[in-house]
Amino acid sequence: MTRALALLLPLVLVLAALSLSLGPADVTLPESLRALFLGGDGPLPMVMREIRLPRVLLALMIGGTLGLAGAAMQGYLRNPLAEPGLLGVSASAALGAVLAIQTGLSAAFAMALPLSALAGAVVAVLILVVLAGPRAETLTLILAGVALSAVAGALTQLVLNLSPNPFAASEIVFWMMGSLADRSVLHVWLALPFMALGVLLLAGVGRGLDALTLGEDAAASMGIDLSRLRLRVVLGTACVVGAGTAVAGAIGFVGLVVPHLLRGSVGGRPGPLLWVSAAGGAAMLLAADIAVRVVAPDRDLKLGVLTALVGAPFFLHLVWRSRGERA
Amino acid sequence: MSLLSLQDLAVTLRGREVFSGITLNIHAQEVVGLIGPNGAGKTSLMRAALGLIPSGGKSSLAGLTPQQRAKAVAWMPQAREIAWPVRVEDLVALGRLPHGDHAPAPVEAAITKMGLEGLRKRRSTNLSGGEQARALLARALAQETPLLMADEPTAGLDPAHQIATMEVFGALAAEGHGVLLSLHDIGLAARHCTRLVLLAGGRLLADGRPEEVLTDDLLARGFGITAYHAQTPDGPVFQPMHRAR
Repeated sequence: MTRALALLLPLVLVLAALSLSLGPADVTLPESLRALFLGGDGPLPMVMREIRLPRVLLALMIGGTLGLAGAAMQGYLRNPLAEPGLLGVSASAALGAVLAIQTGLSAAFAMALPLSALAGAVVAVLILVVLAGPRAETLTLILAGVALSAVAGALTQLVLNLSPNPFAASEIVFWMMGSLADRSVLHVWLALPFMALGVLLLAGVGRGLDALTLGEDAAASMGIDLSRLRLRVVLGTACVVGAGTAVAGAIGFVGLVVPHLLRGSVGGRPGPLLWVSAAGGAAMLLAADIAVRVVAPDRDLKLGVLTALVGAPFFLHLVWRSRGERA
Repeated sequence: MSLLSLQDLAVTLRGREVFSGITLNIHAQEVVGLIGPNGAGKTSLMRAALGLIPSGGKSSLAGLTPQQRAKAVAWMPQAREIAWPVRVEDLVALGRLPHGDHAPAPVEAAITKMGLEGLRKRRSTNLSGGEQARALLARALAQETPLLMADEPTAGLDPAHQIATMEVFGALAAEGHGVLLSLHDIGLAARHCTRLVLLAGGRLLADGRPEEVLTDDLLARGFGITAYHAQTPDGPVFQPMHRAR
């Protein structure tokens, strides 16, 4: 285990515990943990298990997989500006969700929204695989992702444009900001299989990404099957991003910023960065989800807004620094 | 022993035949220089031999599984690509990837052989072009393969580094490895290769000792040049002089 991972894992645990103890019901951390694990009388065990635990679990899962997928995408494309959203899967998942809101399906039954978002993600993956199949070049994959994002974005705008009343429009806008508030265990169970599959796919790409440090030709000559590697990265990223967007909306910048921030801690090697970045992503999203509740407890600050608010200036800083390096 | 055997190899890229009918064997203890004008297909020949691009005919390496091939040949593409700021010692250790081990001995040996001891902790992206070339060659050495293939390994290097690089290939051959290089510098090829292969006009024009290949006639036909040549106690000297009329 690298030093960064040894530092990050305890941090994730502390943040998770902190997040569990946070909420309108005023209880101490030991009390809330006891209620969570041992149960007891009164409403507290239910609050812990049905409301707070899903929120913490989703922050862990979504943050962790966004960090992992971001590191995988940057490693595969050998580009520090790559991020999981580049494939257009998150935009397509958002379109699916927006359609569910617009058609009133989400009001009819609660799980219609995430299910519809997942369907959007699956359609996007099918299109991606067809467009950027086994013989395609990396550039084709990026262009296909950009095109998919643009189409899904335009259709989302169209739905907003045609929305029958301002309430539907504002519901859509608020959903798209991304949040972990009021999520249930059902959301966890819905996302879990896709995320598990995605993590499984991405878990095997470290060696290939390390070899790709020397370029595609050198990697292929070292025994790396590049088309299989690409399929794993694309499908793995699509699984986790699709599932994450389906249950929490669009949460940007985690997959872009976290791998950047932690690259130095693993000596730049893209393989070890995968797991460090996963831990870092989980820590970042847990911290952000704590922050939205602490900073503005009664204003329902959206998680995606906060990650972008923190992420974008950081991104500017990176641009500034790389400008200095080139000069 | 033949480390690479090509039979009637042919490559067609985007409908254009690059070359055909290439039959060639590379043996242990040889440094074979692949020479020819721009666009003759030197890079394509090596990539086809490795099985990295589709080709007609037969290559003994292309038939292997990717894992077997990675233990049979180390390949250095011309583009010296290093995507991330990895430390030099980590870059060299990538050579162990096909073996699935982290054996320190071959990595240390490669670092020593390429004189990288003082640079081992440095970020490889911060090195000079010559230092990067040495680090990438060390990576290929750490792969410990019987055959080493390199595309323009001396391009962009100063004369001292060119000679040092060619001497590493010579030492490898003396240890029993086989080496296949594409080279643009005919003088360097004549001086350091045990055998030259001239590729021009989509055909293998000549294959033999440097003095057999670098004749006035073949230089005129292959490169369209005339050259000054002389025998010195240190070996043959070739200096391209004029374009052939």
